[in-house]
Amino acid sequence: MQSRFLYILPVLVFLVMAIYFAVGLTKDPKILPSALIDKPVPEFSLPAIEGGYGKGFTSEDLKKGKVSVLNVFASWCIPCRAEHPFITRLAEMKIAPVYGLNYKDKAAEALRWLKELGDPYFAIGADTKGRVGIDWGVYGVPETFIIDGRGKIRYKHVGPLNQEALDEKILPVIRKLSK
Amino acid sequence: MNRIWIHLIAAAILASSAPAWAVNPDEVLSDPLLELRAREISKGLRCLVCQNQSIDDSDADLAKDLRVLVRERLVAGDSDSTVLEYVVSRYGDFVLLKPPFKGATLVLWLGPLVFVGFGLFAMISFMRRRRTADGFIAPADSKAASRPSSSHAPLTADEQRRIKELLRDDHA
Amino acid sequence: MTAEIGHFALILALLVAVVQATVPLIGAHKGRQAWMAVARPAAITQFGLLAVAFGCLMQLYITSDFSVLNVVMNSHTDKPLLYKIAGVWGNHEGSLLLWVLILSLFGSAVAVFGANLPPGLRARALAVQAMIAVGFYLFMLLTSNPFERVFPVPINGRDLNPLLQDPGLAIHPPMLYLGYVGFSMAFSFAIAALIEGRVDAAWARWVRPWTLAAWCFLTGGIALGSWWAYYELGWGGWWFWDPVENASFMPWLAGTALLHSSTVVEKRDTLKGWTILLAIIAFSLSLLGTFLVRSGVLTSVHAFATDPARGVFILGLLIVVIGGSLALFAWRGPALVSTGLFKPVSREGALLFNNLVLATAAAAVLLGTLYPLLLDAIGGGKVSVGPPFFNTVFIPLMIPMIIAMAIGPILSWKRADLMTAVNKLWLALLAALVAMAVVSVLRSEGPLLGIIGIGLAAWLGAGTLIELTGRIRLFRAPLGESLGRLRGMPRAAWGMTLGHLGLAIAIAGMTGAGAWKVESIQSMKPGETVQVAGYDFAFEGVKSSQGPNYSIVEGTFNVTQNGKPVVTLNAEKRVYNVSSRPTTEAGIHTMFTGDLYAVIGDEEDNGGYVTRLYFNPLVVWMWAGVLLMMFAGTLSLTDRRHRVGAPKKHQPSAATAPAGA
Repeated sequence: MQSRFLYILPVLVFLVMAIYFAVGLTKDPKILPSALIDKPVPEFSLPAIEGGYGKGFTSEDLKKGKVSVLNVFASWCIPCRAEHPFITRLAEMKIAPVYGLNYKDKAAEALRWLKELGDPYFAIGADTKGRVGIDWGVYGVPETFIIDGRGKIRYKHVGPLNQEALDEKILPVIRKLSK
Repeated sequence: MNRIWIHLIAAAILASSAPAWAVNPDEVLSDPLLELRAREISKGLRCLVCQNQSIDDSDADLAKDLRVLVRERLVAGDSDSTVLEYVVSRYGDFVLLKPPFKGATLVLWLGPLVFVGFGLFAMISFMRRRRTADGFIAPADSKAASRPSSSHAPLTADEQRRIKELLRDDHA
Repeated sequence: MTAEIGHFALILALLVAVVQATVPLIGAHKGRQAWMAVARPAAITQFGLLAVAFGCLMQLYITSDFSVLNVVMNSHTDKPLLYKIAGVWGNHEGSLLLWVLILSLFGSAVAVFGANLPPGLRARALAVQAMIAVGFYLFMLLTSNPFERVFPVPINGRDLNPLLQDPGLAIHPPMLYLGYVGFSMAFSFAIAALIEGRVDAAWARWVRPWTLAAWCFLTGGIALGSWWAYYELGWGGWWFWDPVENASFMPWLAGTALLHSSTVVEKRDTLKGWTILLAIIAFSLSLLGTFLVRSGVLTSVHAFATDPARGVFILGLLIVVIGGSLALFAWRGPALVSTGLFKPVSREGALLFNNLVLATAAAAVLLGTLYPLLLDAIGGGKVSVGPPFFNTVFIPLMIPMIIAMAIGPILSWKRADLMTAVNKLWLALLAALVAMAVVSVLRSEGPLLGIIGIGLAAWLGAGTLIELTGRIRLFRAPLGESLGRLRGMPRAAWGMTLGHLGLAIAIAGMTGAGAWKVESIQSMKPGETVQVAGYDFAFEGVKSSQGPNYSIVEGTFNVTQNGKPVVTLNAEKRVYNVSSRPTTEAGIHTMFTGDLYAVIGDEEDNGGYVTRLYFNPLVVWMWAGVLLMMFAGTLSLTDRRHRVGAPKKHQPSAATAPAGA
């Protein structure tokens, strides 16, 4: 009987693999989960864009008891342009301040970009070296984080926001955390 | 037009695997021992945006930033494992090209050992089943042995002749 | 019009394949000669139709017909002719067409040269081939049609990925596919044998040439890919355990195991079930490789996310082909009775051990390659499995196998005495120890693995030569007799000896290039000199020029050793006009002891250039060893015993590549 089993084993192993494949097909290997979910925001202090306005922001600003959103963007990032109207929409809803992290950008180009498309951000910090981005685990721009009132990262979205992502992911998370 | 988009996206993905420019002269540390450690650490860290390349091999911006970061930490006196922890705490286990040994990777690391063990077991049991009293070997299923061709189609005379021919060839 | 003819030929081929997959099978079952006879003309017709389809696509590429989507996406009017042609298979749809073309080529080869095969086996094997073909035709016609038109017609194309515009990579996919698809023959014969319930020495001999040919092509394909990476990617690496590479390496491991186990079936009438299983696995891994790479389940899945039809179809095809054949194996496998008997210490035992290691290695590579996918599927998070994992697992597996590789051929069939064999090998042990001692003195700072690798290479090389001298009774019989025996040695035996020697040489090369590479990265201004591994690289400067569809920056290095000129290296950096993407062409000088390797990078603000200079020890040994292995396989293929499957007037080598037939 034992030898009979050895003949059946290969097909069993393959069937298990096939099931995994079937489930695997539904996943996107490009999307990485953040290692920072439910961790406090990394300590940082970013200046405003050079030659611009405002005064940047620090990690302390994200711990003031209000849910906030941090959006990583750059003028060289093409999907960011597609995302911009939805960030604006989110900011205009005034349910959470949207901070902008200007990632590895040239000041003049970033300012031109904001002037052209409009500046929806509550405050913008310039991360010219990308070091704060690394602390946030940023690997692709744009990325959007949702931070709860105590300064913990609760959600991360990779890639450009669109209406669907806004309605189905971002807004429900913000509402839930705001309760 | 949907198809066009698929191709464009595919092309963009291919584009990200352009030839590697890897470590640049301005990154190299003056202390050769530290530099060697940095290279070794870099070889074990995955370039996140290019999939399947280490940051040591990749020309991606983020890979360069991480290489510089690794070197800064080393210069600041961090040990190799502290540097790795630093990166893992930000990007997760995914950045490690050699996955850590833990629950989620148990099957991965023990798998090859299980394969070897199972293979040895199958091999030994195969030998066992065919052993007889005089130390030589015979099929365990003696019925099958006594009528070896019963379960498969018998050879035709023509085929018998050809096999003989083959065997003669062999000894020629 | 050309596109429509190609499309139509593909549809016709599908219909012919459906007939070929069913009628001969029923005929073989019911013993109707006429029905079985359908298989041969059908197989030849399929090949004809595929040749028409492939010719059409090639014509579309050569004439740059941008009304066809596939041409738009992968070609450009300025592209040199060679790469217009190579562009045909440099993409998903076209490479599938090449795949089925080769499949039908092998099928028609069986039809033409298989006159000596038992009619039932031939009819069944061709029917199985046609079943595989049906799956592929459907996949192409439903989800990946290379002849799809586009409107409005663009003015020019998007060009082929510049990295693929390289002679090495132009012939790499056809070689690889000849290997992948070659295993389909062993697969079809295995399925046919399962249906018939009979596996014997004759069966093993009929299958062997196909397996050998596939193995040679796959070996060559892998080596070409590796060689391409070495000179094109610009940092002297040659193997990265990338999923794409693993996809071709796994069938190679399984195919190598199959090659060895089928000898046991042929000579000793045992290990039948295992050999059939290996034939199924080798081809299954080829299929998996074809699809994993092409569809990108592992690396980049956006094509799937937007076009799920492909993914579902591929999975369905894999389940039918692999699952179906393994189920058949579970059902019919136990009926295969082995009669050959042997002791653990014997030639059979050694070959079984070789199979155990190779199969375990293939399984371990499969596990590592798929693990990220599997873990993600159960929501276990994301992990990366990279070179450090594979090296940790693979190398320890190979060490005992290489040790056994020198012992196995010395053991006699049925039963052998291990001590006698080991006694014969004392000289090999000595050679290994001397080599290790020499290396540890010469390269005292290098890794331990380098010393082990060279020791293993010396052990295997010397052991293989000892086996050869034993076989021809050198120094034990008069020299004349020994030479006579040497001449009379069957080509298959030469294949084994040279194949193992080739591996020994390749191991030395891999060890050298892996363990003692010397690298120097710096910014150099013209006139500056840098020393690498005792060679002085003097940077002469750069000049710019134009290639057919790219611009060139070429840096020149004068290399000297102790003041004596060695060579002038030209390293190019190319920027392609259409995609404006750069590629590197390393300047390489190959020597017996290692390669001098220079790469030029970007210009810096101070007028200097980033340069990368390498000394890659023993690299040429790696390629030479692999070439020797391929030669050994080809030599074994021409052994007279293998002419069984072909009419006497034909050379067996023609039987495996009858492109002109």
